[in-house]
Amino acid sequence: MSEVAGRALVLDEPLSLWGGMDPATGELIDARHPQRGATLTGRVVVMPSGRGSSSSASVLAEAVRARTAPAAIVLGEPDLILAVGAAVAEELYGVVVPVVVVAAARLAEIVDGAELRIGPDGSLHVGAR
Amino acid sequence: MLSAHDRALLDGELGDGAALAMRLVVRAAEATGATELIDVTRAHVDSCLYHGEATIDFVLRLTDGGARVRIPTTLNIGALDLLHPELYRGDPRTAERGRLLMDRYRALGARPTFTCAPYQLDDARPRLGEQVAWGESNAIAFGNSVLGARTNRYGDFLDIAAAITGRVPYAGLHRTDARRATLVLRLAADVPHALRDADVLFPVLGIVLGRRAGSAVAAIDGLPPGQSEDRLKAIGAAAASSGPVAMFHVVGSTPEAPTLGDALQHQPPEGEEEIGIEVLRAVRDELTTASGERLTAISLGTPHASAAELARYADQLGDRRVHQEVECVVSTGREVMARQPDIVARLRAAGVEILVDTCSYVAPILRNPRGPVMTDSGKWAYYAPGNIGAEVVFGSSRECIESAVAGHVVRDGRLWGGA
Repeated sequence: MSEVAGRALVLDEPLSLWGGMDPATGELIDARHPQRGATLTGRVVVMPSGRGSSSSASVLAEAVRARTAPAAIVLGEPDLILAVGAAVAEELYGVVVPVVVVAAARLAEIVDGAELRIGPDGSLHVGAR
Repeated sequence: MLSAHDRALLDGELGDGAALAMRLVVRAAEATGATELIDVTRAHVDSCLYHGEATIDFVLRLTDGGARVRIPTTLNIGALDLLHPELYRGDPRTAERGRLLMDRYRALGARPTFTCAPYQLDDARPRLGEQVAWGESNAIAFGNSVLGARTNRYGDFLDIAAAITGRVPYAGLHRTDARRATLVLRLAADVPHALRDADVLFPVLGIVLGRRAGSAVAAIDGLPPGQSEDRLKAIGAAAASSGPVAMFHVVGSTPEAPTLGDALQHQPPEGEEEIGIEVLRAVRDELTTASGERLTAISLGTPHASAAELARYADQLGDRRVHQEVECVVSTGREVMARQPDIVARLRAAGVEILVDTCSYVAPILRNPRGPVMTDSGKWAYYAPGNIGAEVVFGSSRECIESAVAGHVVRDGRLWGGA
């Protein structure tokens, strides 16, 4: 796995990809979410948790297939559903969407729009290379 | 950590499909921090619902790679009713892809139950303490809480991977300590006694449980003991809609909670909260998004109606018919339907549509999905506005049946203590 980079999209509330992201467009579509209308494609999506519907794994894999997926996902707690969705996308399409977990304090320091890099070992770095 | 059989799977000795499944189980173990895998004896697979071509690409990788399920495996709902395909009102191409996906999961050796309520099938019910791998949020909550089986929340892909390998990470609710209630939710003194024993309370209580507990295990205290499986089903389905609930206890009703102390595993809780009548009424009101008495449809059976629920709907209808200007759809499992031919015939004769293999908030079934649609299900009320754009009226089962006969919303004002 090589390094992955992108601009942070810091979500104010957890997002379930199922019902929350349209994999055809990459748009955030959850009507109850404060950032409805944002584009997830190519961004490093930062949120406290996955709020996971079990179908979110399928939506993540479908977004990778449709080339609308986030570049990476940074979470404050482990999320089995997103981790498996990313693993399947890698198996099927050879595209790596790292799903990394960082401590809450670290998560809170990430500023929306910041350049983030995720190393081959899953380490998170702030700032352009 | 890996057994000889696990290694053989990874090495492709049982084919590429099984190797892929085993790689996913190993990735899952890494993501949960588990250091060992355990055997599971049953699986319930939710991956057979079409969510785009990636879901087809995945199952074809498994079937082309020669994979077969290794343990008894039931299938969750799919995108259409295979026994009554004429009920599907959507894009034919999507129906065809949905049908292909359902067919391919059957080809892996899974039993074509196509129900979200596998716990209603006597020969698919796990025993107390049995380690299983279940998908579908309401089934997960029911399996853990009501049957005392042990499963984590197995999402799409991992559910079938567990069925093919028979293995899961030893983590979370597979372990006794994680099943301890850490939160106590107590019905307050102002909740009327009659409401504590009314069906309509349970989906509302479930929505509150999901919001308060999140992924924590909570114990509900203050209900009369010995609550029915259908009521506990309603709690779990609603709770797993409003929050990531995988397990709850109801003191005096669920098997790991004969007493509150048992639910807490005899340790102090980390939190205790009261649920009063005002909170319950507010959630009840929130589940209704439509105003006025107009209805286009009544949708019952989410999760799939049990034999007891089908009989109750038929008894409540008696010799009356569904009003000609509304449709009334009851979703159930194909095996439950097959075992109740007389009740199903009575419901059909009264103008009720019986839907199997899918659900009316997932598939394009209703003539007018925007509604207003009346339901007795907290889960249907929670998801239908976003999924199919429905306006919703939430009510008790009896209110739904009376409304189906009248063709407009009929309320029973006594249920909630007059408010």
